[in-house]
Amino acid sequence: MSSITTRLSNVAPGSRRRGRRTWHKTLLGLVFTAIMLFPIYWMVNVSLTPADRMRSSPPSWFPFAPTFDGYIAVIQQQLPYLGTSLVIGLGTVLLTVVVAAPAAYSLAKLRPKGGGALSFVLLVAQMIPQVIVAMGFYAIYLNLGILNQPAGLIIADSTLAVPFGVLIFTAFMSGIPDELMSAAKLDGAGTMRTFLSVVLPVSRNSIVTVSLFAFLWAWSDFVFSSTLNSGGDAQTITLGIYRYIGNNNQDWNSIMATAVVASIPATILLIVAQRYVAAGVTAGAVKD
Amino acid sequence: MSSTIIERPEAAVPDGRPATNAGLPPRPSLKKRFRADQLTAWGFIAPVVAYLVIFYAYPLFKNVDLSVRDYTVRSFIDGNAPFVGFANFTAIFQNPTFGPALVHTLLFTGISIAFQFTIGMALAVFFFQNFRLSSTLRALFLVPWLLPLIVSASTWSWMMNSDSGVINSVIQSFGGTGINWLTSPHWALVAVIIANIWIGIPFNLVILYSGLQNISTDIYEAASLDGANASQKFWRITFPLLKPVSAITILLGLVYTLKVFDIIWIMTKGGPGDSSTTFAIWSYQLGFGSTLPDFSPAAAVGNLLIVIALIFGFLYLRVQKRQDA
Repeated sequence: MSSITTRLSNVAPGSRRRGRRTWHKTLLGLVFTAIMLFPIYWMVNVSLTPADRMRSSPPSWFPFAPTFDGYIAVIQQQLPYLGTSLVIGLGTVLLTVVVAAPAAYSLAKLRPKGGGALSFVLLVAQMIPQVIVAMGFYAIYLNLGILNQPAGLIIADSTLAVPFGVLIFTAFMSGIPDELMSAAKLDGAGTMRTFLSVVLPVSRNSIVTVSLFAFLWAWSDFVFSSTLNSGGDAQTITLGIYRYIGNNNQDWNSIMATAVVASIPATILLIVAQRYVAAGVTAGAVKD
Repeated sequence: MSSTIIERPEAAVPDGRPATNAGLPPRPSLKKRFRADQLTAWGFIAPVVAYLVIFYAYPLFKNVDLSVRDYTVRSFIDGNAPFVGFANFTAIFQNPTFGPALVHTLLFTGISIAFQFTIGMALAVFFFQNFRLSSTLRALFLVPWLLPLIVSASTWSWMMNSDSGVINSVIQSFGGTGINWLTSPHWALVAVIIANIWIGIPFNLVILYSGLQNISTDIYEAASLDGANASQKFWRITFPLLKPVSAITILLGLVYTLKVFDIIWIMTKGGPGDSSTTFAIWSYQLGFGSTLPDFSPAAAVGNLLIVIALIFGFLYLRVQKRQDA
C-alpha cells in the first residue's frame, strides 16, 4: 500500500491538468475494476445475507439487514481447519526457503558444473500437473504409512514452491556484486559464513517474495489436501470449505462466510506486499 | 514492476582493497582449488538435488510404474501388481471417455487462453495510459488470481446457480430465460471456462504490462510526430514489439491451463455425465473419485497429460532461449 500512496503523492507537476483530461479514463477503469471484482463483492454480500433471503428472486444486491450467523458458524466449526492451514503454510515456507536458497546461491555465484542442467530440470518441474504428482505421492505415502500426516502435506505442498523459489533466488542473487563476496572472503569468511551473513541478509526482498508465494500456494492447495490428507485429524481450510459444500448444500451463507475468511491471507498479503506479488508473477516469465 | 525488486543491491565495498590476491601467501594448485570449489558449490546444491530426486523424480517414476502395471489397493499392501505393459494405455484410448475428454481439454485450454490473452492485453494497454488511480486499480485486478481456487470456484457456483444465481437473475431481468449453467450438459463446459478466464486475466495483465514497460517511449513519440493515431500505434508498434512477451505469456498459459483441476472439480466434478471432463479431471476421477480406485489407468491418463504439458513446456523454453540470445 505504501508504494501506491507514494506513487500517488509523487505525481509530476502539471499532473493536475493531466488529471482533468483523464478523469473519464479513471471512470472507465473504475467500471472495469468493479466488473472484475464483482464475484468478490458477491461472495461478501452472500456471506451477510440471512438464510431465509438466500433464495429470494431477484437476489438482494446489498445486505441491508446483514446477518453474522455465517461468521459465527465459521468460528465455531472452522477454526481448527484455519489453524492447520496456517501451520502447513508456515511449514511449507520454511522448507522451501531452506532447500531453495543455498542452491540458488550456488547456481548464481559458485558456478557448479551441471548447474545449467539443474536450472533446466527446475523449469520443467514446474510444468508437471499437480494431480499426477499427487498420485505418485499417494502411492509412496501409502507404502510408508504416512498418509494423513501434516508433515507429508508440507512436503507435498513445498513441491509447488521449491522450483519457483530456486529460480527467483537465483535471478536475485546473480545481481549481488561479486566484490561483496570477495570482501567477505578477505575478511576471513568461509563460503557458508558468506552465505549466511552476507548473501541472505542482502536477499531479503527475494526471501519475502518466495515466502509469500509458498505460503499462498500451500494455503490454497486443494489437490494435495484432498488426496494425501483427507482422512487425518488435522485438515486444511480448503478441505473444510469443500466438505461444507458437500454437507450443507443449502447453507450458502456459511459457505461464503468461510470463503471470505479463507481469502483474508491473500488480501492482507496483497495490501502489504503488492510489489512483491507483482515481482513474483513476472519473474521467471519475462526477463528484462 | 519487477525491476523494483530485482534491483541490484549496491555494494558497500571498502575502497582500496586489492581485487587480486597479490599480497596473500601462495595458494594450492589451480586444479586442486577448482575441485575444492566445485565440492563447495555442489554442497550447497545437494539438498535441492536430493529433494528433486525424492519428491519429484521418484513420484513420477512411481507414476510410470503404476501405469504399466495392474495396481489395485490390494497391490499396495501385498506388493503384487502384475506387469501389463501398454495395456492400460490401450484401454484408455479405447475408453468412451477418451474422445470427449480430449475435445474438452482442447476447448477448455484454447478458449480460456484466447479470452484471457485478449482481455489481458486490452487491459494492459488501457492501464498503461497512466491515469489517476491506474496503479491502484491495476493492483486490485490481482485479487482474483491470489484467492484460493476453492473460494473462486464456489463463489462462481453460487452465482451460476439455476434458481437463485445472480447471473440468471440478470439474464431474466433483460427478458432472457435462465440457463442451467452447471447442470446442463450443453453449458457446464462454458461455465467452467468463464470462471477460468476470470481467474487467468490478472496473470496475463501483469506479464503483458511488464512487457509494455520495456517498450521505449521514444518510438511512440516519433510515431505521434508522424501523425499515427491510437489504433495505428497499437497495431504497428505495440503489437509487433510485444510479440516475444506474448509468445511466452501464451505458452505459459497453455502449460498452466492444461493442469487446471480445482475449478472444474469443485464446480461440476466433470459432469453432468462427462460434459466438462478434461484429462486432469478424468485422471483424478479414476484415481480418487470413487471408493474403488483405478490407479493404473489414472496414472496412464496422467502420463499422457505430462507428455502434452512437456511439449508446450519445451516450446516455451525454446522461445525464451531464442529471446535471450
